[in-house]
Amino acid sequence: MKRDTLLSMLHDMLLARAFEERAAQEYTRGNIAGFLHLYPGEEAVAVGVLHGAEPNDYIVSTYREHVHALVRGVPAEKVMAELFGKRDGCSGGMGGSMHLFDQERRFMGGYGIVGETYPIAIGIGYSIAMQELPEAVICFFGDGAVNQGTFHESLNMAALWKLPVLFVCENNRYQIGTEIHRHSAMTEVYKRACGYRIPSEKVNGMDVLAVHQATRSALQRIREGTGPQFLEVETYRFRGHSMSDPGSYRPNVEVQAFKDEDPVTVVLEESIPDFPTESQLEALGRDNIVHLTGHMRQQGYLEMEDVTRMKGEISKLVDKAVDFALNSPEPDMHDAWRALYCNRGQEVLI
Amino acid sequence: MSEETPVWKALNLAMDAEMSSDDSVFTLGEDVGLYGGSYRVTQDLYARYGEWRVRDTPISEGSFTGLAVGAAMAGLRPVVEIMTVNFALLALDAIINMAAKIPFMSGGQFPMPLVVRMPGGVAKQLAAQHSQRLEHTLMNAAGLRIAVPATPQDAWWQLRQAIRSNEPIVLLEHELLYFSKGRLDTDLPPPPMHRATVRRPGKDLTIISYSHMANLALKAAQRLSSEGMDIEVIDLRSLRPIDWDCCVNSVRKTHHLLVVEEDCGFAGAGAEIVATLAERCFPDLDAPARRLAGLDMPTPYNGTLETASIPTTAAIMDTVRQMLVPGEIS
Ligand SMILES: Cc1ncc(C[n+]2csc(CCOP(=O)(O)OP(=O)(O)O)c2C)c(N)n1
Repeated sequence: MKRDTLLSMLHDMLLARAFEERAAQEYTRGNIAGFLHLYPGEEAVAVGVLHGAEPNDYIVSTYREHVHALVRGVPAEKVMAELFGKRDGCSGGMGGSMHLFDQERRFMGGYGIVGETYPIAIGIGYSIAMQELPEAVICFFGDGAVNQGTFHESLNMAALWKLPVLFVCENNRYQIGTEIHRHSAMTEVYKRACGYRIPSEKVNGMDVLAVHQATRSALQRIREGTGPQFLEVETYRFRGHSMSDPGSYRPNVEVQAFKDEDPVTVVLEESIPDFPTESQLEALGRDNIVHLTGHMRQQGYLEMEDVTRMKGEISKLVDKAVDFALNSPEPDMHDAWRALYCNRGQEVLI
Repeated sequence: MSEETPVWKALNLAMDAEMSSDDSVFTLGEDVGLYGGSYRVTQDLYARYGEWRVRDTPISEGSFTGLAVGAAMAGLRPVVEIMTVNFALLALDAIINMAAKIPFMSGGQFPMPLVVRMPGGVAKQLAAQHSQRLEHTLMNAAGLRIAVPATPQDAWWQLRQAIRSNEPIVLLEHELLYFSKGRLDTDLPPPPMHRATVRRPGKDLTIISYSHMANLALKAAQRLSSEGMDIEVIDLRSLRPIDWDCCVNSVRKTHHLLVVEEDCGFAGAGAEIVATLAERCFPDLDAPARRLAGLDMPTPYNGTLETASIPTTAAIMDTVRQMLVPGEIS
């Protein structure tokens, strides 16, 4: 893999973590309200999958989608401004944290109703297939969402009509506070896709390279006309379900075990002032960044200065995003009506 | 061209006209393809346009309606047929949470050129799960438009306008109207889709109605003219938005208002119309406005009770007499 690709994946993982932790702070300060579902711990999924996609592929996401949007290339300031509900947000302040949209980047929205991403994705897939375009759709959802009726309806139609959709289950083992063993009769999610003859596999979601590799192959098969593909990516969220959830239902040892595999702390935490040595990395286990950085160092791709510089740039970027959001004006009612009637043109209704 | 045409045929011609002039129009639903549609609306289209544009779906209302939402976001112009409005309850998430909200939530980035056609209403002894209208539910979803054609001419006009529009539009088609015939002139230019029409001018009392009930109201008005009552009949044609100017002008002229609806009266279209007209023209009314509506009960299977549960032409005539000849009947 190219050095630039690896570096930009590392960059996006670090940006993801920094952005989300900053969003949590801004929430505590009262700059962000409502529901805020954060992504720390799951970075390798968004980064692995989205770096495997082409710019003309479509992305459909859930309410935990800030990082999907960021990695897709939606500018951090537009995402932050949307969390703040401001006019310059990527949805003009009408969507908020759960409803980020960016038409230009084919970021087809974050959806707040569990199970809505499938029909949207197969609809976009239908449009691609009908016009025989070389594009694909990536559809994200959580492990809790696979028990919704639309999962089964949509997978059936996707397989029946060979729609170009990559289904990506971000299995973080919890649907809010209910653990997967208590919400699913079949806990190996990828096996459910077999019922619809959709090729599927389970991937280690703490290993960004594995996610990336699996995505590339799945998208390749889609472009060859094989029809929909399915990935179950095993991951973990370090925070609660949302800012209103302390996550107390999870045993500390479980959270700690996963934190030991944290994709990014090794690079971000102040307690590790220098980039870890090979032996420190090995001691940390099968961490994401360990994989990525280990690989990059072996190839002679990565120097300590690169990481330091990157961290500096990212923290400036996030500061700038917050400034931008703070300074962006509030939308007014006129903006709201315009958003509602955006497609009405000049037609005047009674 | 101007000839007697049934409503189903008018809709079929409208589909064909739009599909032939725009490749991005496609239709989907249960049995719309090979079978030709439960009410023949998609007849012959499958042979003409192929399965990608006339798609038979599994029985998955929630997802195939949602599929159409996604397709609309990606630039197609889908026309969904939900076999009957009763099954649309399974698709309300797609219609209300998705189609009606996405243009707004995205800050205006995504158009929603989606049409959802649904047959509905009380037909003939289909029992409670197959005899509903859901306009009261849909009317309260901001962001949706609702068209309720009552004639072949309106069916032709409104389906074509709906397909061309960039807003999500629900077309409520009445099951009893599919085979009723009327004049269809395919060359006539259409009025705006949401404009109400005065089907019969009159000076004594205004009946506001829509769909099948507008036809009954018209019949009642014609019969009452022999009793010396001159009734104005307004066919709303659109339930969201409602053409208030047309309604207000009429009430200012007749000073009497009756709303006739098949849906149950509780919290329905009639409630909305009477409340709004009370706000807008209370001083013009010579008597309290009234509603004649379906009873607040599931539709009985028994034929006699079914008839008794919704307004009939005779019931409309009676109500008008009560309103215009005070004290005659109680
Ligand atoms: C239809 C529906 N039911 C319930 C909810 C409330 N809810 C929001 S998130 C959530 C858990 C979903 O878990 P999962 O799909 O695993 O995603 P995760 O949050 O873990 O990423 C629930 C129950 C909802 N938003 N939509």
